[in-house]
Amino acid sequence: MKTTGIVTGIISNLVTVRFDGDVAQNEICHIDLGGTKMMAEVIKVSGKNAFVQVYESTRGLRQGDKVEFDGHMLEVQLGPGLLSSSYDGLQNNLATMEDVFLKRGEYTAPLDHDKIWHFTPIAKPGDTVYAADWLGEVKEGWLPHKIMVPFSFNGEYKVKSIKPEGDYRIDDTMAVLTDPQGEEHKVTMVQRWPVKVAVGGYVEKPRPFRIMETGVRCMDTLNPIAEGGTGFIPGPFGCGKTVLQHAIAKQGDAEVIVMAACGERANEVVEIFAEFPELIDPHTGRHLMERTTIICNTSNMPVAAREASVYTAMTICEYYRAMGLKVLLLADSTSRWAQALREMSNRMEELPGADAFPVDLSAIISNFYSRAGIVRLRNGKTGAVTFIGTVSPAGGNLKEPVTESTKKAARCFYSLAQARADKKRYPAVDPIDSYSKYLEYPEVVEYLKERVGKDWVDKVNRAKNLIRRGKEIAEQINILGDDGVPINYHEQFWKSELIDFVILQQDAFDPIDSLCPMDRQEYMLSLVLKVCDVPFTFDDYEQCAAKYKEIINILRQMNYSEFKSEQFNNYLERLNTLLSNEQ
Amino acid sequence: MSSKAFQRTYTRLEAITKATVTLRAQGVSNDELATVSGRLAQVVKIKGDLITLQVFAGTEGIPTNAEVIFHGEPPTLQVSDQLSGRFFNAYGAPIDGGPEVEGERRQIGGPSVNPYKRKQPSQLIPTGIAGIDLNNTLVSGQKIPFFADPDQPYNQVMAQVALRADVDKIILGGMGLSNDDYLYFRHEFESAGALNKIISFVNTTEQPPVERLLIPDMALTAAEYFAVDRNEKVLVLLTDMTLYADALSIVSNRMDQIPSKDSMPGSLYSDLAKIYEKAVQLPSGGSITIIAVTTLNDGDITHAIPDNTGYITEGQLYLRADTDTGKVIIDPFRSLSRLKQLVQGKQTREDHSQVMNASVRLYADAQNAKTKLENGFDLSDYDRRCLEYAKDYATEILSIDVNIGLTEMLDTAWRLFAKYFSQAETGIKQAMIDKYWPAS
Repeated sequence: MKTTGIVTGIISNLVTVRFDGDVAQNEICHIDLGGTKMMAEVIKVSGKNAFVQVYESTRGLRQGDKVEFDGHMLEVQLGPGLLSSSYDGLQNNLATMEDVFLKRGEYTAPLDHDKIWHFTPIAKPGDTVYAADWLGEVKEGWLPHKIMVPFSFNGEYKVKSIKPEGDYRIDDTMAVLTDPQGEEHKVTMVQRWPVKVAVGGYVEKPRPFRIMETGVRCMDTLNPIAEGGTGFIPGPFGCGKTVLQHAIAKQGDAEVIVMAACGERANEVVEIFAEFPELIDPHTGRHLMERTTIICNTSNMPVAAREASVYTAMTICEYYRAMGLKVLLLADSTSRWAQALREMSNRMEELPGADAFPVDLSAIISNFYSRAGIVRLRNGKTGAVTFIGTVSPAGGNLKEPVTESTKKAARCFYSLAQARADKKRYPAVDPIDSYSKYLEYPEVVEYLKERVGKDWVDKVNRAKNLIRRGKEIAEQINILGDDGVPINYHEQFWKSELIDFVILQQDAFDPIDSLCPMDRQEYMLSLVLKVCDVPFTFDDYEQCAAKYKEIINILRQMNYSEFKSEQFNNYLERLNTLLSNEQ
Repeated sequence: MSSKAFQRTYTRLEAITKATVTLRAQGVSNDELATVSGRLAQVVKIKGDLITLQVFAGTEGIPTNAEVIFHGEPPTLQVSDQLSGRFFNAYGAPIDGGPEVEGERRQIGGPSVNPYKRKQPSQLIPTGIAGIDLNNTLVSGQKIPFFADPDQPYNQVMAQVALRADVDKIILGGMGLSNDDYLYFRHEFESAGALNKIISFVNTTEQPPVERLLIPDMALTAAEYFAVDRNEKVLVLLTDMTLYADALSIVSNRMDQIPSKDSMPGSLYSDLAKIYEKAVQLPSGGSITIIAVTTLNDGDITHAIPDNTGYITEGQLYLRADTDTGKVIIDPFRSLSRLKQLVQGKQTREDHSQVMNASVRLYADAQNAKTKLENGFDLSDYDRRCLEYAKDYATEILSIDVNIGLTEMLDTAWRLFAKYFSQAETGIKQAMIDKYWPAS
């Protein structure tokens, strides 16, 4: 018998429900508005009153309207067919909705129940299995999609029977498992999981030890993010957050990408819808859309569903991680999620924290970031969820609660600087303020030495020092004037400009420059540092500037040329001629 | 104004604040309209049988025994082609002396377009103003505000843009317009002979501020009628969104909500996004483009209103008084149209983006030269040429009184390049230079 209730109060999308029976915190309920069932979630219980946040507009709702509680938390459906889909924050399939306008109470099935999948068993009858163990696999595009023991299963099970290789639908029973009490459980290709609970089923969560390559130099070279790591990109509007995120989504070395457009512009999502099906994944040569799931709750869609959208996205990531895959989650922007929390906290008349955000904002954010990570599965394989969120700080001021809370939770910080954006130095990631904690991990340093080169980390640190020194000198030149400092100051300044123009800056819209693989990054940084070692002699600062401008121009042309192509080598030759005249 | 079928009347108020009244009533629905002593009000809070109504015209003089009549539905607008050429108040009632509009009644503030069904904006909207068309090209389905100080002629510029833009309908949503500005818009629209394609919803400073909250939804409901039902290109002008946000903060304050930054309600971002995101390119060919005005306090864009707006809109346009030429110009540095690359070089001539970048970069060099000059440093020959170029560029391109076609804008820029610079100094791709550099 389901718990029911009636509406007794409404303020915007916060509704008070007087219920009979029992309800659970975060339980889902449906409010009946003249036949339209609107989904809502319990966020507070007080006596016989449940406070629920409604995932839809509450226009027209009346006191006395009937409510039915579902008996479970907000869940997503996990199974083959998630990839290349576009969902809203509650996992409704946006593509199968009929109308141009979103209709209240229109919920569409996340997965195609009629599609045929070719199944190959992995487990055998008699095997002992635990939650998240692989029972079989279907091909989702090129990706081996594992059919697993549902995450909600507790303890040890025996495989009683499993379907032979063949074609099945997702609702078909693929295996029957027996629990220690002898009870039988049917397993299909679909399972449900509550989004606000982290998916377990792995043996351990080691420290990240590998780098996730993005092809973006200012990240990979200077402040790399680890596979299974966390990072965030704060920046004022107009600094290129979205362009950078899209670049990472297009090029990131991951097998599955989940993009959560959380409270942002609809036209930016339209851009993904328009572009991704056309673009090719540089790692597999397949269409980008084949490895991508989009969770889209734009700024004009209901606020409560915006909060749910990041959890929906994370749960899908964890699901693919359990298959031993490398997953990348991009959320744009986590500030909008925090604002959704603020709106609800405000309506519940909770005592506010800083800037009227809920006091537990920091805890909620770090809890969410902690769901990322690399895991070792029971079969010895690893899977990873790498998470990069953007933050939209109010007024561009990084001293605000969302940025500060995120800084505590995320290990990489890619600060977008207004000053760099104003000078059109893109990506506008500030090389001095930004950091990657992973460079302090001995296992990551070891990995980089192996993967890129023995002296790689030393080179990176040297480049960073040159940039820092260049910035100090630029300030002195500003105060003292060009003539007020020795020529070698100018030289040091121009060395930092060289690194800025050739390594940091990257043209996200150029087909060649936008994606810079690791070996090319290594090559270019080494080349730039070699130039920095050349003992030039200059008569005056103008000569110094002219020489470096020439060098920068050649190196930039190399960035625009196919790696080690004839064109590339011609520029290299020109550079070598230029340098050899100095020695 | 509303159906009479479900009317329920009450005559006892429990509480009155400056903007709201509270009474006990049964069967009331959220967002429903009511009349309190003849003034329109809307349900904003239901707590048991205690209903709080926001009274748009303010509560001055409302007695505790005021008559409250519930209408049974949220605010609506009657939509049909008869809207064209008409002026309405915030409730959608005519203020031009004409008859009531007949047509389908639609609830304002309706649902959003499924993002998956949107089309990527791709139609150029030419305005004749080179500071916009050349440097910050507008695209149908875009939403973009002018960030302007109160003393700048933003309403004039917006009226100009609207009248020159190649669109089927122009819908003006005026919030807290001064009576003079209202009359200005009216006069401009009438004298342009374009009245039949213009629809206005106006709340002036003489009217209560809370009424303003209805204006954007009224204007956009009309816009959706023409864009969705009629497949037309609609341009919506919203001025001044800062006054709209102020009205939001008044209401949230009266409802004892905890303010966030700059005493604005915590929901400001969502409230503004709900309006701006109505801008859309529809698959059927219709579109809604929104040009808004957000007035700034002394150029401060970190204030919550412009800041939230900037995160929502697709760029922003700044006006600036150029002291060297005495003209009001579109600031080429801070202005930005995020969608311009969708049309530049695709619907416009191939040299568009190259010319734009080069001309702005040279203008930036002129600013550097100016700083040098002001600090008493010597100018190089290049600096002097940049300064001369900047004057011509401001007058012939950036000034808001320029009204020329895009090809002429590009040709003007090439002429200025050739007049003051060598080919190499422009940094433009050689292939373009070979094709477009004016023969001397």
